[in-house]
Amino acid sequence: MRKKIAMTVNGKVESFEVDVRDSLLEVLRNTLGYTGVKKGCGVGECGACSVLIDGVPIDSCIYLAVWADGKTILTIEGVAQDGELSPVQQAFVDKGAVQCGFCTPGLVLTTTALAESGQEYTKDELKRELSGHFCRCTGYQNIFKAAEKAIETCRHDGSCGNHHPADHHHDQEKQEGSE
Amino acid sequence: MAYTIVGKSVPRVDAVAKVTGKAKYTDDFFERDMLVGKVLRSPYAHALVKHIDTTKAKELPGVKAVLTYHDVPQIRFATAGHPFNLDPSHQDKADRLILTDKARFVGDAVAAVVAMDELIAEEALRLIEVEYEELEALLTPEAAMKEGAPLIHEDCPHNILSDRGFWMGNLEEAFLAADTMVEGEYETSMVQHCHLENHISYAYVDAHDRIVIVTSTQIPHIVRRIVGQALGIPWGRVRVIKPYVGGGFGAKQDACLEPLTAAMTLAVGGQPVKLNYSREECMIDTRRRHDFKFKMKSALTKDGKILGMHIQAISNTGAYASHGHSIAGAGGSKFRYLYAIPAIKYEPKTVYTNLPVAGAMRGYGSPQMVYALECHIEDIAKKLNLDPIEIRQKNLIEIGHVDPLSQNKIMSSGIRECIDKGKALIRWEAKKEGYRQQMGDKRRGLGMAAFSYASGTHPVGLEIAGARIVLNQDGSVQLQIGATEIGQGSDTVFAQMVAEVLGLPMDRVHVVSEQDTDLTPFDTGAYASRQTYISGMAVKKAAEEIKAKILDFTWGMTDIPAHALDLKGQNVVYKHSGEVVIPLEDVALSTYYDTVFAQPITSDVSNNARVNAVPYGVTFAEVEVDLKTGKIEILEIYNVHDSGTIVNPLMAEGQVHGGVSMGIGYALSEQLLFDPKTGKPLNNNLLDYKLPTIMDTPEIGVAFVETHEPTGSFGVKSLGEPPALSPAPAIRNAVLDATGVAFNQLPMNPQRVFEKLKQAGLI
Repeated sequence: MRKKIAMTVNGKVESFEVDVRDSLLEVLRNTLGYTGVKKGCGVGECGACSVLIDGVPIDSCIYLAVWADGKTILTIEGVAQDGELSPVQQAFVDKGAVQCGFCTPGLVLTTTALAESGQEYTKDELKRELSGHFCRCTGYQNIFKAAEKAIETCRHDGSCGNHHPADHHHDQEKQEGSE
Repeated sequence: MAYTIVGKSVPRVDAVAKVTGKAKYTDDFFERDMLVGKVLRSPYAHALVKHIDTTKAKELPGVKAVLTYHDVPQIRFATAGHPFNLDPSHQDKADRLILTDKARFVGDAVAAVVAMDELIAEEALRLIEVEYEELEALLTPEAAMKEGAPLIHEDCPHNILSDRGFWMGNLEEAFLAADTMVEGEYETSMVQHCHLENHISYAYVDAHDRIVIVTSTQIPHIVRRIVGQALGIPWGRVRVIKPYVGGGFGAKQDACLEPLTAAMTLAVGGQPVKLNYSREECMIDTRRRHDFKFKMKSALTKDGKILGMHIQAISNTGAYASHGHSIAGAGGSKFRYLYAIPAIKYEPKTVYTNLPVAGAMRGYGSPQMVYALECHIEDIAKKLNLDPIEIRQKNLIEIGHVDPLSQNKIMSSGIRECIDKGKALIRWEAKKEGYRQQMGDKRRGLGMAAFSYASGTHPVGLEIAGARIVLNQDGSVQLQIGATEIGQGSDTVFAQMVAEVLGLPMDRVHVVSEQDTDLTPFDTGAYASRQTYISGMAVKKAAEEIKAKILDFTWGMTDIPAHALDLKGQNVVYKHSGEVVIPLEDVALSTYYDTVFAQPITSDVSNNARVNAVPYGVTFAEVEVDLKTGKIEILEIYNVHDSGTIVNPLMAEGQVHGGVSMGIGYALSEQLLFDPKTGKPLNNNLLDYKLPTIMDTPEIGVAFVETHEPTGSFGVKSLGEPPALSPAPAIRNAVLDATGVAFNQLPMNPQRVFEKLKQAGLI
């Protein structure tokens, strides 16, 4: 069965038909061409496919595309604006948080959500927030440092890049997270 | 030695591509009318395929082809990612068919479907009717080797793939001369690479009837040869393209998918077909680490000098050879550079079983051997009542040592400094003192372990590497290498080397990250921690050739002899003073457009490195064992490495972090589990397989002892695999220190620790 849906992806309104069985991951990658969304397991274990749905990190592989109808999606392709890396992306580059790069998009997005929340996190809290993402290359050390730095930078600047997150959703949905 | 860019933590050349989602991996390319391939897997660990009926599957609308054993070339081929060996007696074991008529593990590929989409392909798999004749499943090496066991491969008696070991010195004399003998048994587990990007490839036949395979591989040039062999076609008819790769750790040093993907496209007239393994498939039908059982027996003087060591090893290689025969060999060779042991007898048996195939995985036999060796040394120290660090120091090999078997000579070693540094970092003496009298449910302890390794495979394997550099019209260069970036950072390291030689900033060195066997120079690929050391030699050679040509050309332009010139800051300068002679940009433009002398400058070199450099290192760990739960917490852990010159400290630290994390998983939580009766996998997914998360990973301390290795470009030695070698035994030795209980089996998960502590009467 097919259904027509509409969503805003990286600031652009998209309207199209999907098979109701399609995951958001499949639609983002195969229909819209956002291949920065990575599939590492397909069943919500690894976090590689995380995107922000109305500002909240979600595993897009276990989220039906039809559920995204009317929602605002941010993928990794929408994080940098006008060729400028966001503070989160810059922190990942500077801190050596990137190796093979396959877990990177998901982690950048989750970190973006944390940084945009304006909240402070203890080390343990931050670890828990990031624990929905597997990484085999880095031992998480530099990812953690990058996340800490990015969150601090964004708190200091009072914003985290210039894209269009659905800020109003943060407070009530933050605790749901992707874990 | 002072360098300008080598030794600096410049950002990865691919970092921006990877944080913006622009980096394209195999699954990110789309071909028009791409079909989907799927594999039908055996539900039995050991069974003959008596009959397959594909009629119903073929009739399903949307199914384009169904392949079985009858539809693939009847050519046995080897999958291991080694350079081809011209000597037939040293070639890899050719024991595979693209699809089998005899299932040798649960998950073995017996048929395949090509269909319009994934759902149709899956439905078609269910319509294939297979009649099996079950054979006895041999699920342990012991069962496989017992008298009368069925043969998994007809040509291997007792299911022993290989038992090639070595001996050096006179072990009998050593045993007679010993004051004390110490024996021990140690066992490692089956673990899996868990690279985040699963194995994937797609293939099509191009307009020139050539098979193009885009694949997530560490070894594109080798894959080309293996696919050619497997299909019985000229190797040049195969073109392999390697885009960005989402981790490999050895699992992609093997032609796991490519021969089948190629067969699939041939079955549908060359239409593109994608074969994309699920995580569950990837964890059982690519590769895993060999589980080993060791028996060690050492002859010692009373003051702890090792006179001789007898090592017996059983390696479980699973259903097909892959790298199995060479992994036991490699494990037995690379530890020999650590301690000066005059007599060693090494007797490994690599055994086929009806379990998933073991192959290359970060460390290639050495994590197993280093675990056994460093547990054993600790046990020796305990038995002789000697300090565990002193006993190691007493037996260390010195610079100048030549291994009697490999003839590799130790030309640099920082192992003593590594030990000193590790000891200081963890505050060994003070903490040891504090932990002497411990009571209560939580006990703390300290442990360490050391390792030696190698840089590449010489003299066992060929070490050939290629690099090509073009001087562009604007004075920038582009670098092409056959060596593969799989996340470890080789592209960046090579760019740094080129920038160093040519006096260029990093942004003037453009690395072509993609390998394409039609376009990129020949290099055997990413394995054996070889690229910075081996491929680095080719890169430096190519850069030096470019430099010589630039200076020669400048001579023609300026009448200043090339030997008086140098390159610095994008200029040709006087060597003696640094005074600018002419901007490099002007020289470059003339090489293209001077109406008389134009001759664009390129270099295209190959390097056959007949040397090997030995890296060293240690892990120091402090643990707290909760006696009531059996949970081991790592309080502090440090890895200290001698990998020669560190080309990029930030990336090198990252490499160590990942290796230590893998070592911690190996020590504490990871293991592939199988039903002991049927051989069915029990945890081939990332939920049940306990891969460390960020919450399981402590802060990992990293330090380097920089030596200058004379044989390495810029003094480098290997770093890729070494960080994963010593964490597990260091943690085990710390647990021994904390509890007095020796855990000689990995992993030390809470269940096992709790049971053993109970047995030992601690709870």
